[in-house]
Amino acid sequence: MIFINNVKKVSLVAFFILPLTGSFADETTEQEHSAVNDSMAEMDHSPMTRLPTLKASSRSADQYSNGYTLEDAPYGLAGPRQLKLADELLFWGLKADRIEYVNSGDQDYRWIYDTQFWIGSDYNKLLLNAEGEFDKDGKLEESSSEVLWSYALSTFWNTQLGVNYTTSDAPSQTWLGAGISGLAPYWFEIDMMAYVTKGGQSAYQLEVEYELLLTQQLILQPRIELAAFSKNDDQQGQGKGLSEMIAGLRLRYEISRQIAPYIGVEWQSTLGNSADMRQQSGENKQQTNWIAGLSFWF
Amino acid sequence: MSHNIAECDTARRQFMKKTLTGGSLLAVATLIPIAKANNDDVKQKDEKKSVLTGNEFFLTIVESKVNFTGNTRVATTVNGLLPGPTLRMKEGDTITVHVRNELDEDTSIHWHGIILPYQMDGVPGISFTGIKAGQTFTYQFTLAQSGTYWYHSHSAFQEITGLYGALVIEPAEQVEPVMAEQVIVLSDWTDENPMRVFGKLKTQSDYYNYNQATFFDFMSDVSKVGIGGAVSKRKMWNEMRMSPTDLGDLSAATLTFLMNGKTADDNWSGLFKAGEKLRLRFINGAGNSFFDVRIPGLKMTVVGADGGDLEPVEVDEFRFGPGETYDVIIEPTESVYTLFAQSMERSGYVRGTLAIKAGLNAPVPEVDAVQPLTMGDMMGGMDMSNDMSAMDHSAMDMSGDMSAMTMNMPGDMNAMTMEMSGDMSAMDMPNARSKASQTVRHAQQEYGASVDARVDTPRITLDDPGVGLRNNGRRVLTLADLKSKGGEIDTRPVDRELELHLTGNMERYTWSFDGVEFGSSTPIHLNYGERVRIILHNDTMMTHPMHLHGMWSDLEDSDGNFLARRHTIPIQPAQRVSFLVTVDARGQWAWHCHLLFHMEAGMFRKVVVS
Repeated sequence: MIFINNVKKVSLVAFFILPLTGSFADETTEQEHSAVNDSMAEMDHSPMTRLPTLKASSRSADQYSNGYTLEDAPYGLAGPRQLKLADELLFWGLKADRIEYVNSGDQDYRWIYDTQFWIGSDYNKLLLNAEGEFDKDGKLEESSSEVLWSYALSTFWNTQLGVNYTTSDAPSQTWLGAGISGLAPYWFEIDMMAYVTKGGQSAYQLEVEYELLLTQQLILQPRIELAAFSKNDDQQGQGKGLSEMIAGLRLRYEISRQIAPYIGVEWQSTLGNSADMRQQSGENKQQTNWIAGLSFWF
Repeated sequence: MSHNIAECDTARRQFMKKTLTGGSLLAVATLIPIAKANNDDVKQKDEKKSVLTGNEFFLTIVESKVNFTGNTRVATTVNGLLPGPTLRMKEGDTITVHVRNELDEDTSIHWHGIILPYQMDGVPGISFTGIKAGQTFTYQFTLAQSGTYWYHSHSAFQEITGLYGALVIEPAEQVEPVMAEQVIVLSDWTDENPMRVFGKLKTQSDYYNYNQATFFDFMSDVSKVGIGGAVSKRKMWNEMRMSPTDLGDLSAATLTFLMNGKTADDNWSGLFKAGEKLRLRFINGAGNSFFDVRIPGLKMTVVGADGGDLEPVEVDEFRFGPGETYDVIIEPTESVYTLFAQSMERSGYVRGTLAIKAGLNAPVPEVDAVQPLTMGDMMGGMDMSNDMSAMDHSAMDMSGDMSAMTMNMPGDMNAMTMEMSGDMSAMDMPNARSKASQTVRHAQQEYGASVDARVDTPRITLDDPGVGLRNNGRRVLTLADLKSKGGEIDTRPVDRELELHLTGNMERYTWSFDGVEFGSSTPIHLNYGERVRIILHNDTMMTHPMHLHGMWSDLEDSDGNFLARRHTIPIQPAQRVSFLVTVDARGQWAWHCHLLFHMEAGMFRKVVVS
């Protein structure tokens, strides 16, 4: 996610996003009677009788332990526990979602990187996110780098908390960030974050991705990115309200699951106050980007 | 050499100490003393022999180069063989096995399905400390059973890197006529480092699934059933973020399937004499693959499961998961047959040939088309496998109307469940051989990030062959077909009922019991001497071959009728299966899913018997 500078007008993106994704705390599939009935009805079946189900409070996973633990039970081996499975291991990975060449026409092109290093267990991870943009002369135009603690809140959702550092033409900024990422019903990948920095400026970011399999290896990915700010900041080019929207389509070919070249097109609009600021500095409010890139992970 | 003996001695001393402090000296008295022998001499003699017979065995765990795919890789093997040598023993004998570890890492051998003292069970960290590099461990146990079993490493991923072999125990008194036989070990191999494979699944759990529904599948459905039909077919799956083609974690994208250590191209071949019956001892020694096995043109009479004798049942095909064994008898009339084993997720197969002379070949069938999981696999209680042709299928017994339901559940099940749901105490202390409770009780820990589904309407019948085998025109073995010869051995009433749920989150690639992975779990404590009923309720969409060490799992049907004695019971998606255990083995035991990657992920419990 990049904070797009030169922006305007304020609305809190998170407020209209939250209702879309529903409650994050209870996303687990519960095969309720009603669900059964619904789908049965679709298939022209009569409803079936459900076996009585007692809910969570009825049983603990530790119910049969008789007070014993992995470390302390009869016939145990001496010393500390020896058997550790992969649930107690740390895993790590490096993902480069987007390493791309972006051409906005008129020989105006730039390079974008969007990478993540992660390390952790199933339910707690440390994320290092780095995203930024180089111009055609190789100058880093803007960047956003962050360290986040990702915690598995529910089946499909993680909370994210950490610190973000952004650079641009204007002075760099350090933000405190919190948000949520995960998989919404119908397989929409969602990442939304709120950031706050000195002086009370806050920023909101939303990314939504979807993967449409054309074949097992040819995949079309629609992607939407929204940004907003709570206040005007002329120096940073941040305008109150919804500041930018990018809607893109990328078509990638997975040579393997881990390496995929892609081409794509993006429509980028600066909105509201941010757009006005951008216009004043003689920049386009809207542009179409042609993209070629590579995504990989290991 | 002296070094090894010293190691043996140390191991023995530790073992004796533990035995003495752990109580129950009687139970293990027969184990002592441990024989000392000149390991190297016998090793020389036994090297490369694919069948070893007797009551003392010398096994050396070594690294060996293998090439199944065109690439040379290093395997962990027993005596340089993959699979390891078939060990032939005799019921009643006291067996001594010296296992020398020439790897650079720890190893172990677990005697899968063998009833023995827990210190001899070979699970590092539970039964013993494992066999360190350069050390020798001597196993000793007395056999009180016969049949087809196997052995394998219980250390890290060595089971999929080659450390396994067949174990055949001849009965003390031969009642069945002796006939020609072949041991068929089915397994899988990956050229990748298995931990790397595991890491990939943690990053992307559908990494190896190249059978996912595409946009064009959707369009093809639209053209057939209209957009409404195509959308509603996918509605539930998409809302739940689950994939109906999630049939296996791994696939031929990384696995090569093996029959007796040979690939399909290498075509393992066995000979038979015209007009003779042949006993095939099938062992699924795979790390992570279910196989569907058949011999086109020939019926198979299944006569044994997990080492125990069964009332014969004639089938065309059977499915088995890692850990399970089946004995079948065939009566060939032609001169050549293909032994065909396709993997459950239909990404590949392995075949071999049975013929009256070398060099013959029979046609090899195509791998069956992928059948997606049904709503019944997702939520149980019914089977909506695409169309109503599944109607004749057992799983449909649960759907339909109420009268059908009553009919299919004799014993006034409706009345009973209502009664029990209102009275919890009735469930905790079932009457003499009542049937298993059908009140679904999810654990508190299932309501969290570790679990992606909880099935409230489980399938309780056992006559479903499972996804991919339904209505395929062949007679497929199901759990309901299994009847141990001689019936139930321990007919006492049930003292206690334990319910555990098989859980996971496919998106995060986590696997657990009751939503808790091994590292955060507490042991299951069983009282020595009791007869317990264990209900396994599968909340996931995968089939899990559940293996309890040290004690038999007496499979029963949903009415409480005994079916068969097993050591590994496959539990299908959204299925609820119960079995009884005679708790007659003090010590600590492992209990886990025998899909290696699920076990490693934490679908594992320690069982303490005291």
